[in-house]
Amino acid sequence: MIENLHAPSLNLLPPDWRALIAARLAPDESVRACCETDLTPDLRYATGVLVLTTQRLLHLAGAEPEHEWPIGADLALRQSDYAGVGLVEVTRGATRLAVVRFSLAHSTGATHVVAEFARLRLDGGLAGVPPSPCPECRGPVDPASGVCAACIRELDAPPSTWTLFRLWRFARPYRTQLFFGFLFTLGSTFATLIPPYLTMPLMDKVLIPFQNGTPIDQSRLILYLGGLLCAALFAWVLGWARTYLLALVSERIGADLRTTTFNHLLGLSLEYFGGKRTGDLISRLGSESDRICVFLSLHALDFATDVLVILMTAAILFSIDPWLALTTLLPLPFIGWMIHAVRDRLRTGFEKLMRVWSEVANVLSDTIPGIRVVKAFAQEERESKRFLVANQYNLALNDRLNKTWALFAPTVSLLTEVGLLVVWGFGIFQISQHEITVGVLTAFLAYIGRFYARLDSMSRIVSNTQKAAAAAKRIFDILDHVSSVPEPRQPLTIPVVRGRIELREVGFRYGSRQVLRGISLEIAPGEMIGLVGQSGSGKSTLVNLMCRFYDVAAGEILLDGVDIRNLSLASFRSHIGLVLQEPFLFFGTVADNIAYGKPGANRAEIVAAARAAHAHDFILRLPQGYDSLVGERGQGLSGGERQRVSIARALLINPRILILDEATSSVDTETEKEIQRALENLVRGRTTIAVAHRLSTLRKADRLVVLDRGRVAEIGSHTDLLAREGIYARLYQAQLRQHEEGELAGVHP
Amino acid sequence: MNAQFTLERSPRGRLILTLADGSCHHDVLPVRAFPLTAPDEFVALVSALGQELVSIDRLDELPAATQQLLLEALAPREFVPRILGIEKVSTFSTPSVWTLQTDRGPTQLTLKAEEDIRRLPGGRLLITDNHGLQFMVEDQAALDPRSRRTLERFL
Repeated sequence: MIENLHAPSLNLLPPDWRALIAARLAPDESVRACCETDLTPDLRYATGVLVLTTQRLLHLAGAEPEHEWPIGADLALRQSDYAGVGLVEVTRGATRLAVVRFSLAHSTGATHVVAEFARLRLDGGLAGVPPSPCPECRGPVDPASGVCAACIRELDAPPSTWTLFRLWRFARPYRTQLFFGFLFTLGSTFATLIPPYLTMPLMDKVLIPFQNGTPIDQSRLILYLGGLLCAALFAWVLGWARTYLLALVSERIGADLRTTTFNHLLGLSLEYFGGKRTGDLISRLGSESDRICVFLSLHALDFATDVLVILMTAAILFSIDPWLALTTLLPLPFIGWMIHAVRDRLRTGFEKLMRVWSEVANVLSDTIPGIRVVKAFAQEERESKRFLVANQYNLALNDRLNKTWALFAPTVSLLTEVGLLVVWGFGIFQISQHEITVGVLTAFLAYIGRFYARLDSMSRIVSNTQKAAAAAKRIFDILDHVSSVPEPRQPLTIPVVRGRIELREVGFRYGSRQVLRGISLEIAPGEMIGLVGQSGSGKSTLVNLMCRFYDVAAGEILLDGVDIRNLSLASFRSHIGLVLQEPFLFFGTVADNIAYGKPGANRAEIVAAARAAHAHDFILRLPQGYDSLVGERGQGLSGGERQRVSIARALLINPRILILDEATSSVDTETEKEIQRALENLVRGRTTIAVAHRLSTLRKADRLVVLDRGRVAEIGSHTDLLAREGIYARLYQAQLRQHEEGELAGVHP
Repeated sequence: MNAQFTLERSPRGRLILTLADGSCHHDVLPVRAFPLTAPDEFVALVSALGQELVSIDRLDELPAATQQLLLEALAPREFVPRILGIEKVSTFSTPSVWTLQTDRGPTQLTLKAEEDIRRLPGGRLLITDNHGLQFMVEDQAALDPRSRRTLERFL
């Protein structure tokens, strides 16, 4: 009976601890949440478990004494972390009862315990058992996607030639063409093997009898020479067909690969882009997909032909004379072994080389956009040196690789010569024994000339395969990366969005740094909220979470009562208008840029949006009005002008929710006034969240939320907060003073 | 904004705009908002200070006389010779000097870089020379084969 009562709640516990905890539970007690801990208070590793039941908090840890604290009104939990070590402080009144420490792997679980503790205090433990936790971190599982968002990790496979086989996914649609390509290869290879075979009868039946006094048999000669010509023509036609067909297919595979990768990349969260460098991603998509393409169309094809030639030649040689064939093929294992030995060395080398290439690209993509800073600080030499260093490293790596590589080809040639020598020697011996004819030896020599040439070109495949495999691995790295902002399996839809936003106990961390914790906030439809705080207080992070650029690590964000993780990303973001500090204009016309979020917008809508954003007049002054090109290579627009274009962009999609992330921070006060006027049109009737460093820009806000080190410190209107004389009042006074000093000095702040 | 207004030309050749409220503006300039993609829609009358005074949604809805006046005022601002043929180019790399036949007579243009050739919707090409003067190719297919091949090399 007792077992039955406990059974569902015990599932929350890690299996190792179930029996221990079950023995300690009272009959009417059940487990609400738990998390594993792995550190003792004096920071030594020891596994333990922190369990929250309906009646008390339990802590068991290895050899440490066991603790339990009954849940009373004055029992409190507080979670924090520093440098990768998390801790939960248990306090009663003013005394600290204990500190439970754990590494951050268990942080999500701990947050869950603390949150459940708070909920338990509210509802008195009446609610049912929470859903079963994530098997990895004991944190709450997202009911929509069925996985814990914190536990989705990047696949990390070592680079291997097998990666190339994964390209099959892209080759599949072209399998018919590939099959015909293979048939052509087979045919043309066969055709190239006919001429040496014909040297045998030419020698034995025509030339040698002639030397011995028999006249040349004309019809036989024409037959053989005609055969040679036909074989050559046949090989030519088939060779052309196969090269053309396979090049066609490989180009298409390469294009598909690029498109798929780019589309996948667009779907990844900002977290991924934050961790990658632009140059690196550009080189992966550009040059490395091209390398795979060249590999498929040239190297892989050559390799397949080589293998075919070797197999066919071997078969033909054995059919003519097994003993001589055996001698001929003797060096093959040696060469095989050599290829394998060099392969291992080159493998790591090429991976490294490619990273260095990315490094070179990174220097470029750093320096060129930042050229104004470079020049202003006169650091051209430093950048040049940085480039030189990257380049030299590239050189050094290449040198090392080439040392191994350079030895390779001559060795193959040497082995070829030795092989020929062996065949000559053994062949002559066999002729002297009258075991074979001169024709057979000639045919053998003709064959193995081709044979070793093939082995030589096959050895080249080693480096090409390595390069292509490394490139494929780096592309599949992108493709295997699952977005940390996953689409829900069954997205919910909100028919009419009102714009009510609710944050419940929201927490977030970048790596091991806790940026936000326990943020709870309710925003009514149409309300304007100003987010205030010192830089680093988590304002922008909060905004990023609301846009779902990142997913919360703890807690939830609700739009009209629905967790935003259950809404499809595209439909959710279509309700959000975002105006950033640094407006980004794409290369294209002004009209295209305004209509970016709504590509079908007509000209009247575009003009109306631009008017509302106070951008119409300056756009008319551009030489080609709305048709002027802006963006990287286009017409230069000032910061304020760009900002107004981006406000028009946000206005055009008519969003329910508007997020202004330091929209006026990077412009002067005059332009700011102009932008403020534009924003007033934008804000009207929409739920607005405005982040601003300059407090004066938030005068229109209904409520101000003051963030301090990742927590909500104060909420209230401007006057309320001033009266409270807290953080906001201090910030405001400081800015006021600064402004007055600026006025006195005759400059605007 | 499509309010009633009257437009007349001053003796000095400038446009004078009188709005419905009786206010009078000297030196107004007509500006096309979409000179390339929709030249006859959204023509604005802008004051000397650059403020929009009147917006005309469609030029052809205006009285003929006003339309005439506007078109005359717009013409000097819209010198875009149409390229009829390319006689010769100095080199196929840039900068390149092209010898052209245009609807305004023979001339030369210096192309600074390939990206100064801009593709417009409808297959038109807008070529900006080193002084910022613009040339239009209305229809590539209508050019003679030699000009077309020459142009091809730069696209």
